[in-house]
Parts: sequence; C-alpha cells; structure tokens
Amino acid sequence: MRVIELNQSVTASNDKDADNLRKEMHEAHILLLNLMSSPGSGKTTLLSRIITDMKNDLRIGVMEADIASDVDALKIEALGAKALQAHTDGMCHMDAGMTRRAYEALEGKDLDIIFLENVGNLICPAEFDTGASLNMMILSVPEGDDKPLKYPLMFEKSDVLVVTKMDTLDYFDFDLEKVIARVKKLNPSIKIFPISAKTGQGMQALEDYLQESFKQWTL
Amino acid sequence: MHELGVVFKIIDDLEEVAQENDLKKISTVTLSLGEVSTVIPEYLEDCWKWARQRTDLLKDAELKIETIPAITYCSNCKQTYETVKYAKICPHCGSDQTWLIQGNEFLIKEIEVPDE
Repeated sequence: MRVIELNQSVTASNDKDADNLRKEMHEAHILLLNLMSSPGSGKTTLLSRIITDMKNDLRIGVMEADIASDVDALKIEALGAKALQAHTDGMCHMDAGMTRRAYEALEGKDLDIIFLENVGNLICPAEFDTGASLNMMILSVPEGDDKPLKYPLMFEKSDVLVVTKMDTLDYFDFDLEKVIARVKKLNPSIKIFPISAKTGQGMQALEDYLQESFKQWTL
Repeated sequence: MHELGVVFKIIDDLEEVAQENDLKKISTVTLSLGEVSTVIPEYLEDCWKWARQRTDLLKDAELKIETIPAITYCSNCKQTYETVKYAKICPHCGSDQTWLIQGNEFLIKEIEVPDE
C-alpha cells in the first residue's frame, strides 16, 4: 500500500475555472453579474424593471438557473433581453463550469451585461465562485431584517445588496437601519440599494451604479 | 446541502490525479473537513457510496473523514475560543469583533493506492 499526500482544496479547481471565465468575460467586454437571493425575493421583477429601463443603453442577457421550469425566461425574453433557462437538475447552486456552459448556450458574445440568476437559496450559492465579476444579493422587506444574522456568508461574499419591495415597509417589522448596520459589520465595503421595482423608488441610483460598473469593467 | 455536487468534484479531481500518476485503483480517500465547512459528513458518505460505483478507479474506495476543529480569534482580547460552542461572541470579553481562523477547510488530504 502506498500513500499519496494531496492536501488539495476541493473547491480549488472551481476557483481556477471561475478565474478563467472572469478573464474571458473581461476580454469580451461583458459584465457578468451573479444574482443571489431566496425564492420569492423579487429577482425577476427587479430584472424586468432594469431591462425595461436600460435596454436602450445596454445589451442585456439573463441566464436563469432553476431546478426546473422555464416560466421566468419567457417573461424576460418578452421584455427584449436575451434569455436562457439553465436547469441545474436538482443542484442547489451554480458553479463556474455550469456558468460557462450556460454562457455558451446563451450565445451572448455581443452582450454588455449578463445577469446570472443563481438558484434561490441563501446558503450554497455563496460558497461557489461562478466567475462573475460582481456578486449581487437581493433581500426583500417581507423576509425580515434578521437575515444577515442567519446567513452571514452570503452577505460577506456580496459586493452589492439590493433591498427590494421597499413599498411594503409599512406592513412588516423591517428595520432598514438595523439591516444596514448588521450588513456593514459583516462586510464594510458592500454597497446597499433600497428599492421598489414596483414604484421605481431607488431604481435610478441602482441603474446608475450598474452603468458605472459596466464602464469600469470594460475600461 | 450540496454534498452530491461536492462528491462529483472530488471524483473529478481524483481522476485527474490518477491520470497524472498513472493509477488504476484507489483504495482509501482521506478528506480533511472543517467543523463549520457546511458539509455534513453523513450525507457526504451516503453520496460517496452511490457515486463511487460509477467509476472503476474508485468503486472500492473507502472514504475517511478527519475533522478540523473550528477556532475563532477575538481581535479585542486577542484570545481564541471554540467556534461551535460560542459562535460569534467572544466568551472571554463579550466582543463581537471575532474572526474564524480555522474550521472551514475542505481538502482531499491523501489517498492510498494498492500495490500492483
């Protein structure tokens, strides 16, 4: 019997794949955004609003990762963005290899911004680098202001937090100041945008930020 | 929660190692798993037993899991403590300015290969 020492990280090969994909996206002048949230946080509604507002300035693509069904992709396509439904066949997150296959299937070389809608959960997607250059997380008002305490890793890994459904603030015990304080403690450099895709509140600031991030990335 | 995906990843990595080292069989795989790595050993073993049958290289391979204890460092009082017992708040001084220093690892530590 012979022992071979490896001490090799299980996530290392994914990290390498992710770095390669990020580099290719940079060369292709595409900003890939990894969008993570719980199910029902308003991802599709937010994206619909962004596409409607920004489609004249930027060519937008959306890759929807879901365990099954293609309801959302049809909605997105109807708005004028390029969309692809990637079924993860039961997997709870997207990794870099799956993201690459989805990107190839999307045929998105001519796009400016691609949103990867990761599988709806606040745990697994935070642990796997997809190759995105911006990690954006959505927290909706009805989910509650205790989420940063329960799922700290997701808040630590995100560059941007979008607080959605701000129009429902009167109906829930949701303290935005508490959320900001809790999130900043976990991740001091995170950008936070409170918005309502329904009323349009806060959308301009978020869209300006996306526009600016695209510019910076493709400089 | 994503144990099956992780097992597939381990199998892919080991197949690569086998190719580089010209191995035909692996008899034991030892993993180092941090206490707070979010991977649940029991699930991992169940997934392993199912997935290993799909490869010639690993179909008889036993999985051994070594646990790395989780330790948190307090930047206020400069002491360390057991993460699993006390979580984010330092038991020595009550501060929440604390950081995990080990315990989220997930490594393939070593493999055993039968003599040919």
